[in-house]
Amino acid sequence: MSVIDLLFYLFATLLVGSAVGVITARNPVHAVLLLVFAFFNSAIIWMLMEAEFLAIVLVLVYVGAVMVLFLFIVMMLDINVAEMRAGFARYAPFGAIIAILVIAEIASVVTLKSTTVPSIAPEAGVATNNTRALGELLYSQYLYPFELAAVLLLVAIVAAIVLTMRHRTGHKAQDVAAQVAVRAKDRIRIIKMASETKESPSESGGQP
Amino acid sequence: MITLQQGLLLGGILFALSAAGMFLNRKNVLLLLMCIELMLLAVNFNFVTFARHLGDLNGQVFVFFILTVAAAESAIGLAILVVLFRERKSINVETLNTMKG
Amino acid sequence: MISKDILLLIVLAPLIAAAIAGLGGARLPRVVAHSVTIGGVAIACGLSIYVLTQLLGSAATFNENLYTWLVSDGIQMNIGFMVDKLTALMMVVVTSVSLCVHVYTIGYMHDDPSYQRFFSYISLFTFAMLMLVMANNFLQLFFGWEAVGVVSYLLIGFWYTRPTAIFANMKAFLVNRIGDFGFVLGIAAIVFYTGSLDYQAVFAAAPSAFDGKTMQILGSMEWQAITVACICLFVGAMGKSAQVPLHVWLPDSMEGPTPISALIHAATMVTAGIFMVARMSPLFEMSEVALSTVLVIGTITAFSMGLLGLVANDIKRVVAYSTLSQLGYMTVALGVSAYGAAIFHLMTHAFFKALLFLAAGSVIIGMHHEQDMRKMGGLKKYMPITYWTCLIGSLALIGFPGTSGFFSKDAILEAIHESHNPIAGVVYWFMLAGVFITAFYSFRLVFMTFHGPERFAQNTQGHMAAHGQDAHHAVHKDPHHQDEHGHDHHGGTPHESPWVVWLPLVVLAIPSLIVGWLTIGPVLFDDYFNGAIQVAHEHNVIGHMKSEFHGPTAFVIHGMQGLPVYLALAGVVLAWFLYIKRPDLPAKIAASLSPLYTLFVNKYYVDDFNQKVFAGGSLGLGKLLWKVGDSTLIDGIAVNGSARAIGWLSGIVRHIQSGYLYQYAFTMIIGLAALLAWFLWL
Repeated sequence: MSVIDLLFYLFATLLVGSAVGVITARNPVHAVLLLVFAFFNSAIIWMLMEAEFLAIVLVLVYVGAVMVLFLFIVMMLDINVAEMRAGFARYAPFGAIIAILVIAEIASVVTLKSTTVPSIAPEAGVATNNTRALGELLYSQYLYPFELAAVLLLVAIVAAIVLTMRHRTGHKAQDVAAQVAVRAKDRIRIIKMASETKESPSESGGQP
Repeated sequence: MITLQQGLLLGGILFALSAAGMFLNRKNVLLLLMCIELMLLAVNFNFVTFARHLGDLNGQVFVFFILTVAAAESAIGLAILVVLFRERKSINVETLNTMKG
Repeated sequence: MISKDILLLIVLAPLIAAAIAGLGGARLPRVVAHSVTIGGVAIACGLSIYVLTQLLGSAATFNENLYTWLVSDGIQMNIGFMVDKLTALMMVVVTSVSLCVHVYTIGYMHDDPSYQRFFSYISLFTFAMLMLVMANNFLQLFFGWEAVGVVSYLLIGFWYTRPTAIFANMKAFLVNRIGDFGFVLGIAAIVFYTGSLDYQAVFAAAPSAFDGKTMQILGSMEWQAITVACICLFVGAMGKSAQVPLHVWLPDSMEGPTPISALIHAATMVTAGIFMVARMSPLFEMSEVALSTVLVIGTITAFSMGLLGLVANDIKRVVAYSTLSQLGYMTVALGVSAYGAAIFHLMTHAFFKALLFLAAGSVIIGMHHEQDMRKMGGLKKYMPITYWTCLIGSLALIGFPGTSGFFSKDAILEAIHESHNPIAGVVYWFMLAGVFITAFYSFRLVFMTFHGPERFAQNTQGHMAAHGQDAHHAVHKDPHHQDEHGHDHHGGTPHESPWVVWLPLVVLAIPSLIVGWLTIGPVLFDDYFNGAIQVAHEHNVIGHMKSEFHGPTAFVIHGMQGLPVYLALAGVVLAWFLYIKRPDLPAKIAASLSPLYTLFVNKYYVDDFNQKVFAGGSLGLGKLLWKVGDSTLIDGIAVNGSARAIGWLSGIVRHIQSGYLYQYAFTMIIGLAALLAWFLWL
């Protein structure tokens, strides 16, 4: 059992443990934080599997952005924690059975039927930069899907904003474009008046 | 050396756990969304494992895209959740049954 | 020489005339309609007589296919003509009677708004009948058969606004259809065994094709195939020639105008069955059972229908029952293999029966459409021509020595007497009884209508009053027409019909008197039908009679020594006694024999039986299929039921759609687990 194996088992155990914790946590904030922990563990395992770029991206993007968003929401919504837990215990055994069944089936698929897949060891001595290799692939062969993914993210942004935006009445905001587009004639009106003469002192009344 | 079976098994366990979490959860929509993230993670595990063992980088490219999509999807999902909370003042899954047949 | 073109012209002239008159319709002037059709039938008549003279000379029988319609599985279906002496005789009879009827119709249907349609129909009928008799194969025979049935339907229901007419024409068509069903089965049997529809081919192949072949009918009974085929063919003849039990349509067919009763239901269509059996003589001779069947049915018809003529009060009904009875005579002649005698009687009967019908029509016109004989009487001095021609016809019918009917009827009776058929003896006595009955009802008609006290005076007054609403005569359009209906005679006195009506009567009276005398030798005993009719040696009654035939005069003298003449005379005397001397007696006799009288008046309850059992049964079956089969089973259970079942099932299944996401996810996972289990461990 090499070091890699040992590390793998350690982090895998932690990963599974934190996954179980996500499901069973009482406090939703705990659940989110445990999920973050799970992502960290999986990032390490990916590094062990020589997917370094993805591991970092997982941490930066997924944990850094998505999980933070989750935390945001959890904190924002006023959730009645106690009410959340009722009813869980009734269905737990059944759910456990189903989960174990599925795991057993996947295990049998994996162990019994996948012995013929060859394992290609990486070439020793060749300096491979995972990021570089991934970049080369991404920007040549997968350019089009890459751009589409960018558009997809744009759409997601717009959708999220549109969904949650609400107009508050009485809310004052500056409309900069309107301000900039103002012309003098919208604000000032010049009125031609006859100038004041000495014969009519009653109007001005001693004004300098 | 991490064998193929180990990697796939790990993915499988994560998947099953998240599935169990989905249907055991009756109270929290947020937990539902987190289980979805876990499922996607399980799938990513599969891809990375295969990419490693077949020496094919396409698996990692796919993980890249899955991550993108997962991010987009969770953003929108959470936006929906916020709007739902505004309307219902609760995120109890058991109240969300207006689509029943 | 008989050429193809002459025969085509014979057939097509009436058809084209019918088309012109039919398509022109009411737009065509009446003169044009009747001129065109009379012209067409006159051409056909003239050319038919020409063809007959050619055949009597030295011309050979014409047998040619004109057009091959289709060939299927080795069976050729053609249009072709076979004209031998039998056919030529039929052609002359059909066209001449048709011509007389056409002329008669000018007067009879004068006031009818559908004048042109009528002429079109009777010309069309002539075409169909000609196609039937001139056919050289079974298919064309069947075409003509069906066509005359259709035209008969159209003509019986000519006044289609009358419900009784519609009932009658449906009845005629349906009963004919039953006969046709048997006919088709017979044709099918012929084709099955001989492989051809052509007459010559069938007759040549029949002896060997049917030799020893048997069929299983009704389970375990083995029948000779030829017997079955011939009986099936005869069923067709039963339908068309109105033999018992398919006779029920003929009395009802009197709903049609009188000209068609004369043309179709006396002279031509009803004789198609007789003609067909005579034509099929080579086949019938092969089966004694079939001949016996023909004999029995004919006897029953002749005797029972004659009895019904005794109690009928409608003048046309009496003549109709007389027709039925005489058809029975012809059938009996066929049954004893005296085919020539049957055809001979067919010919003479055509003339005198058409005459009787037309005379009845003349009486009806003269009586302003009164048809009940009890309201007639003493018409002799008002309608002399009608009276004398009717009397001639009646004398011919009863077989008065010297008239044509005498020759043909006596020939048939002699043939029965000579026959070796085991039941011929019984048949002979029934036929003799029939002679007495025929004479009685014929002269009952004559005495009640033309002699005795005048019973019409009070009734025609009432009839005149009702005339305005008479259904037959819609509008009197022609102010200057010849006064056929006596509308100026508001005294209600009958009068003689115009010349267009009595001329055909005179024309028909002549052959009724003399055609028997002239033709009995040549037709019956002189190889006239050689080749056309085949008779087996042991059945050859006419051949036997021939040896005793010494010319028409000797035949008359011989006949006057026999029983039939005196029975006929007895019938006339009895009729005179009961209807002239002691007119109170018939009512008393009817009262004392009232069960028998009721049976006759109700026509042996055959009509009621048919109506209740067959018609009622069919209606009941239809209703059952509609209510139970259609409504309940198909609509209720199959269609609506399946819809309801699906609705019910959906009501159960929709509970799976709970609306809860976690349940959906759960279902997915369960499905996944199950699929995996299936592929892994099963």
